[in-house]
Amino acid sequence: MRKQGELLPKDFRLLDAIIKKYEGKKEFLICILQDIQNVFEYLPRQALIHVSEKLEIPLIQVYGVATFFKAFSLTPKGGHTCTICLGTACHVRGAEKVLDKVKRSLDIEVGETTKDMQFTLKTVNCLGACALGPMMVVDDDYHGHMSQNKVDEILKKYSSRF
Amino acid sequence: MKKVKNPQELETLRKTILQEKYSEKPCIIISEKSTCCYLSGSREVVEAFEEGLKNFDLQNQIDIKTTGCLGFCEIEPIVIIEPKGIVYQKVKREDTLEIITETILNDIIVERLLYVEPVSGNKCKTEESMPFYKKQSRFILGNNRFINPLEINDYIAINGYKALANVLYKIKPEDVIDEIKKSGLRGRGGGGFPTGKKWEYARAAKGDPKYVICNADEGDPGAYMDRSLLEGNPHSVIEGMIIGAYAIGSHEGFVYVRNEYPLAVNHLQNAIKQAEEYGFLGKNIIGSGFDFTIKISRGGGAFVCGESTALMASLEGKPGEPRAKYIHTVEKGLWNKPTNLNNVETWANVPLIINRGADWYSKIGTDKSKGTKIFSLVGKINNTGLVEVPMGIKLNEIIYDIGGGIPDGKKFKAVQTGGPSGGCIPESLINLPVDYEKLTLAGSMMGSGGMIVMDEETCMVDVAKYFVNFLKEESCGKCVPCREGLERMGEILTDITEGKSNDEDLELLEELGEVIKDTALCALGGTAPNPVLSTIKYFRDEYKAHIEDKRCPAGVCKALIEYSIDLNKCTGCGLCLKQCPQDAITGEKKKAYNIDPMKCIKCGACYDVCKFDAIIKK
Amino acid sequence: MEITLNGVKVQVEEGWTILEAARFYGANIPTLCYYDGLEPYGSCRLCVVEIGKDDRAKLVVSCIHPVKEGLKIRTHSPRVVKARKILVELLVARCPTSKVLQDLAAELGVDKVRFKPKNEDCILCGLCVRMCKEQMNAEAIGFVSRGVNKRITTPFNAKSDKCRTCGACEWICPACQLRCHGPEPPTTLCSGCLNFSPPCVDKYEDAMCYLDPCVACLIDKNEKKIGKKKK
Repeated sequence: MRKQGELLPKDFRLLDAIIKKYEGKKEFLICILQDIQNVFEYLPRQALIHVSEKLEIPLIQVYGVATFFKAFSLTPKGGHTCTICLGTACHVRGAEKVLDKVKRSLDIEVGETTKDMQFTLKTVNCLGACALGPMMVVDDDYHGHMSQNKVDEILKKYSSRF
Repeated sequence: MKKVKNPQELETLRKTILQEKYSEKPCIIISEKSTCCYLSGSREVVEAFEEGLKNFDLQNQIDIKTTGCLGFCEIEPIVIIEPKGIVYQKVKREDTLEIITETILNDIIVERLLYVEPVSGNKCKTEESMPFYKKQSRFILGNNRFINPLEINDYIAINGYKALANVLYKIKPEDVIDEIKKSGLRGRGGGGFPTGKKWEYARAAKGDPKYVICNADEGDPGAYMDRSLLEGNPHSVIEGMIIGAYAIGSHEGFVYVRNEYPLAVNHLQNAIKQAEEYGFLGKNIIGSGFDFTIKISRGGGAFVCGESTALMASLEGKPGEPRAKYIHTVEKGLWNKPTNLNNVETWANVPLIINRGADWYSKIGTDKSKGTKIFSLVGKINNTGLVEVPMGIKLNEIIYDIGGGIPDGKKFKAVQTGGPSGGCIPESLINLPVDYEKLTLAGSMMGSGGMIVMDEETCMVDVAKYFVNFLKEESCGKCVPCREGLERMGEILTDITEGKSNDEDLELLEELGEVIKDTALCALGGTAPNPVLSTIKYFRDEYKAHIEDKRCPAGVCKALIEYSIDLNKCTGCGLCLKQCPQDAITGEKKKAYNIDPMKCIKCGACYDVCKFDAIIKK
Repeated sequence: MEITLNGVKVQVEEGWTILEAARFYGANIPTLCYYDGLEPYGSCRLCVVEIGKDDRAKLVVSCIHPVKEGLKIRTHSPRVVKARKILVELLVARCPTSKVLQDLAAELGVDKVRFKPKNEDCILCGLCVRMCKEQMNAEAIGFVSRGVNKRITTPFNAKSDKCRTCGACEWICPACQLRCHGPEPPTTLCSGCLNFSPPCVDKYEDAMCYLDPCVACLIDKNEKKIGKKKK
């Protein structure tokens, strides 16, 4: 996880490699931003400015795209991202209660990161794993059939403070 | 892999594959190549079988085939032993040894792993005997059983790409369109527009190049049919797209997959590569002279990009804002060129129609809704899964015969169809035949196929609030009715669930709803009031209870319920006390406990753990 | 080509929008996010009109919808009027201090606002964005985020080196124009001209109110009937 800050020359070379992969074409803006997010785990400001210059797209348009799509984050995320599925099937099976419990345990609201930068809480509108609902995803681990009383057990696995 | 240069070579290839791979060799089928099957632990089961077969030196005599979704998600991980077709449910790593020694080596069935019908208590040995599968017509999804999605040869073995070869060499583009028109196929993404007509317009449209798009931005929460099709049988979609492109005159195609489906993207990428190697994609397809390529584009996490104009904007690298469709996308779509966009399931139906003929296809279904539809049957239902049924089947057949009814003996209340654009269908309409027209008449819609079952413990006002909040989050924000109107609808619904509203609010909701429907820019806003209006139509009493009596009959709306302990049922076991985050429960062991209403935050943790049904929510 | 506008058959040119045709023939369709000379945007939806008939009648935005042979247009059907009123009610609730919106509310006969007032300054009509891009060739500002979080700003909310501080955005903004003097708390509506004595040019050099038609003189029974004042 990198901290928000100056990009190094090697970071710019990486950006250029990504842009080159898509032949510097304007229509691949979203794909380029997705690749950048995969590497940096968020979209650094300098990266957006660099992309705007190289693709010759006005910066406000790049910024507009970066803020429109939920998949993009403009701030660094916490060590672990905890995502609760709020799809209809999960909702009907009590996903809100699971979310409330996570909010209480981590003491943050959706979209926020804990003070010690360990967890970021997000929600998603349907992961498509409805048979296993309610679903909670921590990083790349999927946890199905969630209920309130399972939350702390699972969070413990990722952080000693539990 | 050598490129296939004509239909004869394709048939030769098919025969070779069948001879090599598909003799009567025994085979273990495990649905591991699907996101939720994988998550339920099927990978471990596969590994256990691999180890086990090696231990018994059987790895050359018995195949293991890993497939995509088999439909009956409730009993995953599923293992099928061929050639007898014995189906084992909820298989764990520890079970594999017994399966090998009993069933595979000695033809003895492991009774405890068979699916048991809840009502009769009968044990079911094969798919055919399971009520879940009996009333289905699994023409599309059923093929998943025979295919490892990473192996193109499996698809070819079941007549894959035969339709394509036929079309390219024997059928003129206009005749392909006629055949699709005759079949009566309609868009499976929600719009239900006649597919043949759309292709006809696209073909007639002036402009070059023309584009073909597969909309895999399946955003309806609770719907995952498209994901399972793409993960389990990507070639069926690819073949459909190539046929469509040929009919329209397009040489460039896109599949726009939502960001949250990495496995589907993976399988699709692999399938495209293999298809190119065989010459089914790229230049001079099967030696016919027709060129077509497919690129994959990933969404950025925006439900609105399932709307066709927003999707195209996103493909062009812009924010996914829809535009008015006074000029149709078949005439001016992607980069202002003629574009034909269809849903994943629609594309998957195309090779089926070409192979079996429009006459055969049009005999399935009802007058105006032909063919089958895949529904995701989820929520408060015993048999959660993906079901493929002929159009016209009755709702109660789906919910009770296939779905096995409501769990825990609770009562059916409503079924929500059509996702956030649809509505709730109540008990009184349980005999409704499922097709485009009937669902729309009932105030809902077919949508992409999500079918969410709700029971007596679901609050319909809460459901309406849920959908409005969902759409509020996903709105692009461009037009006033959707952006402002949905927020205000959400506020009113929140007030209702908190007991802070009056009768005028109900009227205001209806008025707002009508205006939003009339004036919104796109279908997201235009159909957003549907869940609210349909729940008010069928469950007005429930709204009135919240508004006038300040009461939530289903026991869901926190502000209107209170948790208490039934003194007659409580045994003083102490489980609830341990769970309570607010220390609101007090009592002595073995004596009835008590909840302090001042401290209680109504999280429901106690209700969840109590084994004696002693917690009351009212 | 020929279309029917409010029951009257009229001739229009190919390429006109319904709004252009209607205004050419004097039908008064209210607009907010439309400005002659800028690309139509279709976000406020106030300019909706009803086309088609019976089951297939629907509302479309006239600033974008092109005229077609035989189109039947109704600019003030009950369905349209009801829609416009609710839309203005929503807008006034969002931005009660905008005089343009308060005037629109009075003009359309909106007499109550049933939503809790927000205190936004911007109605997201996008006129400033289009002005900055199309007329000033700067593209310094634009839309950011989506849904209820949508707003108009510069990249990263920071000072933009593309902005030449020309002030065109402020000039064209309907919410930045004369601030309304008094949204009344219970209704969030201004009703200023009904409360003050007629503020028309007869009495003041700089007329306070540009309401068209001006209701002040219509309700003032003490003074001589001056007749309708136009803006």
